[in-house]
Amino acid sequence: MSSTPVFPFLTTLVLLPAGGALAAALVPRSLSERTERLVVQAIGLVTTLATLALAIAVTIRFKVGDGGYQMTSRHAWAGALGISWHLGVDGISLFLVLMTAVLFPVALTGGAVRRNPRSFVAWMLLLEAGCLGSFLSLDVILFFVFFDLTLVPIYFVITGWGFERRGHAATKFFLYTFLGSAFMLVAMVALAVIHQRQTGVFTFDLTALAHTRLSLTDQVLLFSGFTAAFAVKAPVFPFHTWSPDAYAAAPTGGAVALAAVMAKLGTYGIIRFDLTLFPRATLDLAPLLLTLGVAGIIYGAVVACAQRDLKRLVAYSSLGHLGFVVIGIFALSTDGLAGGVLQMVNHGIVIAAMFLIIGWIHERRGSWNVRELRGLQRPAPVLAAVFTVVMLAAIGLPGLNGFVGEFLILLGTFVAHRWWAVVATGGVVLSALYLLWAYQQAFHGSPDDAVKETRDLSWREGLVVAPLIVLIVLLGVYPKPVLDRITPSVNALVAHVDAATGSHQPGPAVPARPAGYGAVARPALQGGHSRRLP
Amino acid sequence: MSLVARSLGAAGLIGSAARGTISIPHIDYLSILPELIMLGGAVLMLAASSLVRARMSPATATGWAVTTAGAALVASLVQWYEVGAHGPKVTVAGAVAFDGFSVLVTVLVSSATLVALLATHGWLGREQVHGPEMPVLMMVSATGAMLMGAANDLIVVFLGLEILSIALYVLAAFDHRREASGEAALKYFILGAFSSAVFVYGIAFVYGATGTSNIPQIADFLARNVLLHQGLLLAGLALLLVGFCFKIAAVPFHMWTPDVYQGSPSPVTGFMAAVAKIGGFAALLRVFVSSFGLLRADWQPAIWVIAAVTLLFGAVVALVQRDIKRMLAYSSINHAGFVLLGLEAATARGVSASLYYLFAYAFMALGSFAVVTFVGGQGDSRHDLGSYRGLGHRHPWLAASFTVLLLSQAGIPFTTGFLAKLSVVEAAASAHSVPLAAIAMVSAVVAAFFYLGVVRLMWSPAPAGSEIPAPVTASVTASAGGGEVAPAADAVSDPGGDPAGASDLPGDLGAAPSPVPAAAAIAIAICVGVTVVFGIVPAPLLDFAHKATLLIG
Repeated sequence: MSSTPVFPFLTTLVLLPAGGALAAALVPRSLSERTERLVVQAIGLVTTLATLALAIAVTIRFKVGDGGYQMTSRHAWAGALGISWHLGVDGISLFLVLMTAVLFPVALTGGAVRRNPRSFVAWMLLLEAGCLGSFLSLDVILFFVFFDLTLVPIYFVITGWGFERRGHAATKFFLYTFLGSAFMLVAMVALAVIHQRQTGVFTFDLTALAHTRLSLTDQVLLFSGFTAAFAVKAPVFPFHTWSPDAYAAAPTGGAVALAAVMAKLGTYGIIRFDLTLFPRATLDLAPLLLTLGVAGIIYGAVVACAQRDLKRLVAYSSLGHLGFVVIGIFALSTDGLAGGVLQMVNHGIVIAAMFLIIGWIHERRGSWNVRELRGLQRPAPVLAAVFTVVMLAAIGLPGLNGFVGEFLILLGTFVAHRWWAVVATGGVVLSALYLLWAYQQAFHGSPDDAVKETRDLSWREGLVVAPLIVLIVLLGVYPKPVLDRITPSVNALVAHVDAATGSHQPGPAVPARPAGYGAVARPALQGGHSRRLP
Repeated sequence: MSLVARSLGAAGLIGSAARGTISIPHIDYLSILPELIMLGGAVLMLAASSLVRARMSPATATGWAVTTAGAALVASLVQWYEVGAHGPKVTVAGAVAFDGFSVLVTVLVSSATLVALLATHGWLGREQVHGPEMPVLMMVSATGAMLMGAANDLIVVFLGLEILSIALYVLAAFDHRREASGEAALKYFILGAFSSAVFVYGIAFVYGATGTSNIPQIADFLARNVLLHQGLLLAGLALLLVGFCFKIAAVPFHMWTPDVYQGSPSPVTGFMAAVAKIGGFAALLRVFVSSFGLLRADWQPAIWVIAAVTLLFGAVVALVQRDIKRMLAYSSINHAGFVLLGLEAATARGVSASLYYLFAYAFMALGSFAVVTFVGGQGDSRHDLGSYRGLGHRHPWLAASFTVLLLSQAGIPFTTGFLAKLSVVEAAASAHSVPLAAIAMVSAVVAAFFYLGVVRLMWSPAPAGSEIPAPVTASVTASAGGGEVAPAADAVSDPGGDPAGASDLPGDLGAAPSPVPAAAAIAIAICVGVTVVFGIVPAPLLDFAHKATLLIG
């Protein structure tokens, strides 16, 4: 069921941007500033586009209907420590990889980089390699390695090219995430040690560790260790306090990478690791995380209503949207999970477009304060139109991509956890409120003389944002190809959780046999390994 | 002395006194070849310098010493193949072990010494210190550290400890123009002598309890006999532990560390941080895991507490330091806590993890102090954190290297620092010490805060007045991946910089930055290379550490 292609697609996908980063860093310094800028930007664009082409190739090669890991590649790396270079893609990670590949060229070209383009490009490419590596890793420590590696480039991107209080924001972000991941590392090692005691094999391979038998106490402890890292990274309320600062301080490209891609590492980690490794603890703690998710939705929306700063407003709205992803995941139903995965991709696209546009507004007007913008629509109608589409997608208007994910999530949650879904729906209403409000203040009204001078979208900026608008509409109108690829993996995962916990989640028919769950996983799932708890 | 005589007698070193003849034990010279080379090189150098009228120039002294250390390194690699082919053995009447462990320590010490000598060279030139003394003392001290790794007898451990320490006392006092240097040496000497006394007392107690000072024989004795009254043995064990903890700077025996690290000449501090710790830990690991492995239930809780306190104290106190050398001193205390994690596990895996950690740590520390040595400038005085502001713009390569070394110390992936932390955490977790592992990782996060602080300072805009671009020199030509010289006007006009601390700089920073001396640049490059290359391709070094413990005698 797992095919090992002759060409190592996934390894190349990770190494290509890393190589590009190295190339950008090593561009000779003898070039003039102008030439250097051109060369490094060309390197950045070519590398990210090549990565995108590769990601598209992976998507085309991806076998629909197979819920297992595909195109796996496995090599020895640090064998003495039990780590292997094990990559694979399934329906859950496929579109996150594709999204990452789409968003990085956008992030690189979206914001003006005034100084030192060489380092900016190098760091951003390294960040892309780290993000792709995280999404593709099937070895928990390899995942950790990439997960932590992403901190370094984004730290330098924020401190090097950011806005006010960037040093403070970047350090806060780094340390919060680092603390979370410290607990995760210990939990990973403890899990591998327990696995070793049971099987005699010391490995960090996800597919092997998934069969570890754990007591409920161990599951809860380890789940907490893993979730500490993911909840900070996502961020899940109340671990979000770094995010408004970091988003506000980050330069446009960094904010796009941070909010659109890196935030997904957290929610993806929950799906990939918490659900796979600790199904029982996941089920038991689901009410807690559902509550946190809903709290995030409401809190994010309420605080966003009070923001006058567009960037912070988007940051808080992002908290709300990730709350939806969290409740979708912990609904533990096929609809909810598939919706959660889809919503991660949707949110990535929408928030990236959002940060791009408000970045451009800032470049023109030098401010994010809605009160100082007023009447932008008159001089910049195209910009306003683009913002409207993106905003409506964020609100969840049917026909745009935000709707499909949120709808599936609410559907999946409503069946099992009615009241959480009801409260979460309130968040949708609030998000309409603050976004429309902000739009009204920034774009409507009569512009003063300074605003009248504002440029509209240039063709270059239009070219950057166009793919995102196309995707927003396309995914809203016809999400079927995406869902067709997500669903088998989600089904397998739900079946895995059900089999391990002995519960049956409401939702569409789940295959009786979790065919293909885990490329290496096989009959063991039906065997005595998955203990049924009373 | 009678103790020595008796123990050596027990080991068969001295033949029966009744016959009045002394039979020389068989000595396998290959097994002590690196020690002989290092010591021989030092003695020859000293002799040569006394025969020549002119003071030996720094270039000659460093060249000689580096060649010697390189020869020792080659010899130790030859030893590695020998041990791999023929297995471990003991020599010099059981007083010296020749096994994977001892060879790994020798490899580590000789390579660390080589790097330290290179890093010292720039300092010798800058401070106009001529003559062979400093390299000679370093080589002698390194011999002591090697001997501690190879010691198979508590008495030999003590000999190694003293050879290591006495040379270090002198080295600490080497910068006679700074009062702090003498003060550091005095402090180190008094506390060091005290701890040595405690250590010898411990040996005596253990000898009293077991009748031998030979490490495997102690283990053998404890395996065969059940002591009715363990008091004497445990007291001896505790005293030994105190002696070791002093050498490795574990809390609460760390008090000397910040002052001595701060006061000693910077290159000596780097050498001390790397080599003294390697020696101390090597002997500690061998004595506790090998001799007293059976008593682990008695000493493990003590190590648990010492490790936890060392980890947290080192990390937390480093946060408030304003002097880079004091900060790195506390950071080295934190690292010692990590190495103790491997000891606390008391398994082969733990020992191997500790050795790997030492390997990673030695190069991170040496590289960091090499940078500190350079930034310290004439008179070795600029160690305030403010001196690092804008280093990325004056010396992009240097700052990029320091960034890598600091991030590695914080445990960022694709560096040896990360793998070292991972391996000790694995060892601890597999020995049921998950809480200790968690404490260690939390302390690593705290430590990351001050490493990041320095990184942030280095890459933040330099204060006005120091914006003269770096001259193009061999060592500072191209940019690093992480950053480069920003156009001066750009950096000055950059509004986002953290204004705090911009004013606490001496005015003399306005001078054009001097180039990094070639030898120091090579030393830093080696350290960064080891840290990154073995971080990306970890298998060779991990296997090396793993095999070393399999081949323990």
